[in-house]
Amino acid sequence: MTTLTDPPKESFRLSMLIYDTRYRSTTFQVIALIGFLTLIGWLFNNTAQNLADLGKEPSFRFLGEPAGYDINQRLIDYDSQSPHLRAAFVGLLNTLLVAVLGCITATILGVTIGVLRLSKNWLVAKVMTLYVEIIRNVPVLLWIVLTMAVMIENLPSPKDFRGEDPAATMQVFDSVAVTNRGIYVPEPLFTRGLGDAHLFGNSAMNFNISLDLWLVIAVLIAGFFVSAKIRKRADGIQEATGERPSTWYLRLGVIVVPLIITFVALGFHLGYPELKGFNFQGGTHMRNSLIALWLALSIYTAAFIAEIVRAGILAISHGQTEAAAALGLRPGKIMKLVVLPQALRVIIPPLISQFLNLTKNSSLAIAVGYMDITGTLMGITLNQTGRELETVMLGMLIYLTISLLISLVMNWYNERVKLVER
Amino acid sequence: MKKTVFFSALTLAGLAAGAATAGTLDDVKARGKLNCGVSTGVIGFAAPDANGVWQGFDVGVCRAVAAAVLGDQNAIEFVPTTGKTRFTALASGEIDMLARNTTWTYSRDVDLKFTFVGVNYYDGQGFLVPKSLGVSSATELDGATVCIQTGTTTELNLADYFRANNMSYEPVPIETNAEAQQQFLAGACDVFTTDASGLAATRSAFEKPGDYVLLPEIISKEPLGPLVRHGDDQWGDVVRWTLNALISAEELGVNSANIAELAAAAGNNPEINRMLGTEGNLGEMLGLDADWAVRAISVGGNYGELFEKNIGENTPVGLARGLNAQWTNGGLIYSPPFR
Amino acid sequence: MSDVSFVRTEMQPEKTPPASTVGIIGWAHHRLFSSYLNSAITVIALYLIFMLLKGLIPWIFSPTWSAASLGECREMIAAAGHEEGACWGVIRDRWIQIIFGFYPVEYYWRPIVTFLLLFVALAPVLFSEYTPPKLIWFTGIFPFLMPWLLWGGSIWTPLMIMAGFAICYFAFKAIDAAAGTIPALIGSVLALIVWWLFLASPVASAINNIIPIELGGVESRNFGGLMLSLTIGVVAIAISLPLGIVLALGRQSHLPIVRMMCVGFIEFIRGVPLITLLFVASTLLNIFLPPGTNFDIILRVIIMATLFSAAYMAEVIRGGLAALPKGQYEGADSLGLNYWQSQRLIIMPQALKISIPGIVSSFIGLFKDTTLVSIIGLLDPIGLSNAIRADTAWTGIVWELYGFIALLFWVFCFSMSRYSMYLERKLKTTN
Repeated sequence: MTTLTDPPKESFRLSMLIYDTRYRSTTFQVIALIGFLTLIGWLFNNTAQNLADLGKEPSFRFLGEPAGYDINQRLIDYDSQSPHLRAAFVGLLNTLLVAVLGCITATILGVTIGVLRLSKNWLVAKVMTLYVEIIRNVPVLLWIVLTMAVMIENLPSPKDFRGEDPAATMQVFDSVAVTNRGIYVPEPLFTRGLGDAHLFGNSAMNFNISLDLWLVIAVLIAGFFVSAKIRKRADGIQEATGERPSTWYLRLGVIVVPLIITFVALGFHLGYPELKGFNFQGGTHMRNSLIALWLALSIYTAAFIAEIVRAGILAISHGQTEAAAALGLRPGKIMKLVVLPQALRVIIPPLISQFLNLTKNSSLAIAVGYMDITGTLMGITLNQTGRELETVMLGMLIYLTISLLISLVMNWYNERVKLVER
Repeated sequence: MKKTVFFSALTLAGLAAGAATAGTLDDVKARGKLNCGVSTGVIGFAAPDANGVWQGFDVGVCRAVAAAVLGDQNAIEFVPTTGKTRFTALASGEIDMLARNTTWTYSRDVDLKFTFVGVNYYDGQGFLVPKSLGVSSATELDGATVCIQTGTTTELNLADYFRANNMSYEPVPIETNAEAQQQFLAGACDVFTTDASGLAATRSAFEKPGDYVLLPEIISKEPLGPLVRHGDDQWGDVVRWTLNALISAEELGVNSANIAELAAAAGNNPEINRMLGTEGNLGEMLGLDADWAVRAISVGGNYGELFEKNIGENTPVGLARGLNAQWTNGGLIYSPPFR
Repeated sequence: MSDVSFVRTEMQPEKTPPASTVGIIGWAHHRLFSSYLNSAITVIALYLIFMLLKGLIPWIFSPTWSAASLGECREMIAAAGHEEGACWGVIRDRWIQIIFGFYPVEYYWRPIVTFLLLFVALAPVLFSEYTPPKLIWFTGIFPFLMPWLLWGGSIWTPLMIMAGFAICYFAFKAIDAAAGTIPALIGSVLALIVWWLFLASPVASAINNIIPIELGGVESRNFGGLMLSLTIGVVAIAISLPLGIVLALGRQSHLPIVRMMCVGFIEFIRGVPLITLLFVASTLLNIFLPPGTNFDIILRVIIMATLFSAAYMAEVIRGGLAALPKGQYEGADSLGLNYWQSQRLIIMPQALKISIPGIVSSFIGLFKDTTLVSIIGLLDPIGLSNAIRADTAWTGIVWELYGFIALLFWVFCFSMSRYSMYLERKLKTTN
């Protein structure tokens, strides 16, 4: 007969921290944590001591002092008496502007090229391959400075527009001036405008938003919404009766008519650029630094997006296309209804990481003098105040925040389109 | 590779930490090399030639210091710095002195904690315009597009000037001088502004320098000079008096041609004798030997010779002495006495 | 029976296919002009290509190779009767500088030998089936050889550092036999650290006094041009590989604190642009280190570039780990291997193999990104192009320099990306 005895009472020995698998992982983690904290503490300690030796004290007070320099490209009010924080904010908006513009054009360009690379037309496919291989194997910084150089060297300067027999003329019914200082396009103006909304009062972050713009956007959104409703109804009728009512004029009408009414009500007209003094005055001035950066980032990122799109389309098995063809769908419809929806699942995650890259690459703006956050906060502000620790840390934090936001969007999307495996 | 780099990093760290307590002068002597910060390339002031040898007016000051301290004008490491990196490089000890068209300002002296040891060039911010623009004064520049080299005091002066005169302008910030030239020549900006000396140097490199004029207005004071860290007065003195020796040498008529003769034996000008170490013990007070000034002046000659060779009227840069003439000739260049 | 047959007994001679479906014409018909739209696109594309070449070719074939300044170029072009043309004199004058920077002329053989040897060292990894297996030894030695060749100094320093590994190994063996694995691990690491920190340097200099084998030292400040880009790229990738493996394992680890630290590091580095890390290298790194520490800027840039690529490398290797079938992990477990054994013998060899294309592309990315160092004042090819354009003789030069630099980068990156594709294809067929 066996007696059931308690297992021998274990006394805790120090060596169990290492040899006992129950404790080992905790031990390792504690060691790792201690090591990590020591490293952080060491860095902090060094920094504090070095700064003390230099007689500097980390402080963000300089952000409130007048910046003293001017910024050409600004989306919000700013002058040289505004504080450094305001300058940084102007830079941040410029970063976001070029990033958003770049993402849009890079996507359009990239998808087009990616699809054309698979074209049956041999010449087009080869040209697109050549484009991708040339663009993506040369550093983006080189593309940025090259694009800038192309614009500066090949476009006319404003003085070429002057005189009896000017060397250059304005384009599109004398409304657009393409110069090597940038492109001047007509700007929308409202004689009976609603004015601006002032946000954030008197803080350094205050900015004005044109209410006219908001109204136009609201009308547009409403138009699209109604148009979508009409389409849905047409779909319903088609389901029920098999006949689709012709709705395109109605759908166009609900978008265009209210827009026109709004424009008339607001007294819409265009402000044309005009050569006055040294420069063109009036109109919207898209500076060459913005255009060069935007264009260069777009063509560079487009090469990568093209590859992603191509890989995405190729990842859809041939059977899908053939089955769709067997159903009698035309090639255009096959692409739209069968291939793309499936390919998007493969395409979108790397696409978003390309957007992230583009945003990070926009920090090279400094090479063409576009005043983004690197140019203002980590550029001139750093130079003028000598606060390298604070400015660089703050700049990194801002980029990190943008990146994490983009990653969040990506994770959300991945979660949403994840194939539910059964 | 990993290990090697770490290893060398660690030994470097150890060496540097050991030496950090000593003064900069002792560091430089122990190292046998002077680390001198210069610009990344401004014609006449500091630029590497095709063989990678640095040449220029600022470079001349570096070489004089190296010769005075180490006895070898080539015992020197030129560290190209940008507007952004120059102060950190100096503050962190990466370079021993900075000779890079740096304006002596209150905040750089007091807030950034640097000692400007003197002025080797009195400059001021000017404007360069094409003749075809038809502008004869900076007050006519309302609405102009202005190319600025960033990372200097330039953008602040410019903002102040246009603000004070109630004019508007479009600033185009540019990182490098080459880029600025390109934009200016292509007409992407109407005006190019930086220190007048830099403008002259830039214009000298143009294909047709005659088509461009410097406007008469000088909108700022830009005393440019070498600087060192606060808190090491001995080293500051070495650099200061090397510069002063160059300046005094010109005033006293000591030049590269006659220095060997003058240094051989005491002459009848006591100040020359003291400076060149044939009388008294000034070198010893500085922590150097008696011949320090002789070596410094022998490298590239006195202040005037350096000026003429690198940026003077017979060089492509073609700057007149102007404010930078000796005080005896109506300029501002003035050295305290060697006594 | 009559011989009349209603069935043909001999084959009809084959007809040639219609002219429009075979040969050049058929190909063109099928691939270029299959529809009106396609034809239109083809014609437009041909026209654009024609216009491009028409502009480019006369510009490229410009007889200015021997010019000594831009002014001379212009004269030569005018003399040849062209309106515009490239000024190739600048390339003839400065190409060596663009490739070697300010590296001493008499030592040019050293970077050349280094990068040739780099291929020898990489061959066992990249072209494993064509190389003798013994060559892997050289791959192990190369990381110590490379800095010695590039920076010079005494050969004993890298040898002593290598000796550290031997000491570590023997210490481990000795203590393992005497006291067990864990003390052996700790003891050997301690021995390694003590050797490197305190003994290696004096021993190396002592031996060097007896048997001096030295190469002339080269300051890293003299590194420049393409050589600088390659050095930063190669060194950073090589160091980041082990770091990346550790980070990738840490990220997959079941220890929450370790995982969090790894994820935090990776996401931080990937979340900020490289240029801000270079700002850290140029302005802040010295502030973070003990007072008086002073590396030269190139070493600082290499450190930051290494951290940067380690984060990306970790993600590449994580991808490789994720691509391994789960059966491999389970198989390793069922053999009774512990964590490190299974990683070393089963998982890593396979995961690294599938990661090679990813590693190559991350090298291409880093190599291209090294051009950013021009922004913090280092003289890489783009930085040098600014210096060259500041030269009186070459002021106004734009396209020739940028074109030449672009071509250099393109040749390197394109061949590497082709290799990476070849590898991907090979991996696809073998699995």
